[in-house]
Amino acid sequence: MSAHAELLTRMAVTLVVLLVAAPMLVWVERRLLARFQLRLGPNRVGPFGILQTVADALKLLTKEDWVPPFADPVPYVVAPMILGITVLGAFAVVPFTASGAIVDLDVGLLFFLAMSSVGVYSVMLAGVASNSKYAMLGAVRAAAQMISYELAMGLSLASIVLIAGSFNLHDIVVAQQGLPYVVIQPFAFVVFVIAGLAELKRAPFDLPEAENEIVAGFHTEYSSMKFALFFLGEYLGMILIGAIATTVFLGGGNGPFLPAPVWFAIKVGLFIYLFIWARATLPRFRYDHLMAFGWKVLLPVALLNLMVTGALVVARTAGS
Amino acid sequence: MTQVFYVASALAVVAAFLTVTRSNALHAVLYLVLALFALAIDFLALGAPFIAALEIIVYAGAIVVVILFVIMMVAGAAVSGEQERRWLPPRAWVVPSLLAGALAVLTIGSLAAGGGQAVAPTTIGPREVGAVLFTTYLIGVELASVLLLAGLVGAYYLGARD
Repeated sequence: MSAHAELLTRMAVTLVVLLVAAPMLVWVERRLLARFQLRLGPNRVGPFGILQTVADALKLLTKEDWVPPFADPVPYVVAPMILGITVLGAFAVVPFTASGAIVDLDVGLLFFLAMSSVGVYSVMLAGVASNSKYAMLGAVRAAAQMISYELAMGLSLASIVLIAGSFNLHDIVVAQQGLPYVVIQPFAFVVFVIAGLAELKRAPFDLPEAENEIVAGFHTEYSSMKFALFFLGEYLGMILIGAIATTVFLGGGNGPFLPAPVWFAIKVGLFIYLFIWARATLPRFRYDHLMAFGWKVLLPVALLNLMVTGALVVARTAGS
Repeated sequence: MTQVFYVASALAVVAAFLTVTRSNALHAVLYLVLALFALAIDFLALGAPFIAALEIIVYAGAIVVVILFVIMMVAGAAVSGEQERRWLPPRAWVVPSLLAGALAVLTIGSLAAGGGQAVAPTTIGPREVGAVLFTTYLIGVELASVLLLAGLVGAYYLGARD
């Protein structure tokens, strides 16, 4: 098989797996939330209600695709696309298999950070272009929250880069063959998971779409397929943050007996379970608490962790 | 890679031109983002993936987001567009056009004359960039950090509740 054909196959397989897994997650989340709240959840359509998402998707697709007359049409249409493109683009550097990612990029980790920081535009454009106060409020909140927590996230990843000595995600996985980095870098791990939750705008950080204050936040004015794209982007984002956490802290596909993609999927599943669990358990932050927590707790912890890690790495290389 | 470089550069120039000429602030910022992305591709084509990634993270991902933030907070995009048009009569464009035109003539002239040195097709990784920053250009890095410290103190002063 030629290099191009292999690349295309890998892209196609990843795309199909992701686009099947993300809608499935909606069902998983609804069933799990129901379990946590002692309800049944959707269990009527198909076995265990598994086809509920298919029904929901069909309903969404057949709705009228509407651009409000007061909206700025081009940014309004482009906004959900940006989310889809950045999230799916970031998956190109995630090493699902033992042989690495679709693109073996030397600055893979930076590419992930770049894609997630460009993803902010989707939310902001949706808010500005919608020309509606709820969308605008949601977008302002989302943007402020995402740029604040991105810093802590980047710093927590920087300490991993210091230890592994590489931005290449495949190298980072290989470096964890003996010991996953969650053991050496517990603080970075906790900071990354919290910042990841905030980046995803999920409970308890779901202020941008706090339904009882600002309707649905930045996607208030969206309907049909464009709304579905935002929805899909959110669940793909969950998989992405889980995948990066798995790669960087849990040793990616490393593990005994089972093949690498299976281990990878199991670990990502654990993170997704954690995210859903957090949504069922924790109440929503107040907005000033959210900002204060990001800047006054998470950022200093990540900075301190990076400084100590740097000192230790220098001490070790000077000693040997 | 040379073709990629020229296509991306042309895109960057067009996007930068549109950034300056749009009267709708939101659209101008979007063209600016496009120009920054095109520059990142230029860096990538020149064999500097680390700088390309930083270009997107720092400029497109942080600085322009803050600009967009200000636009969102300050005024509706439609209103500011009307005002911009009044502030910028055609004669305001004369001097900038002359300067930009001179630059364009120089660039096209030097390209036609053989276009300087071809860039060696080597890839400069993060390791090399870091090593150079903290040896050859150490003074520059330190000066920049002093400047940033001043910015930090200023922001703290402005943000402090009295």
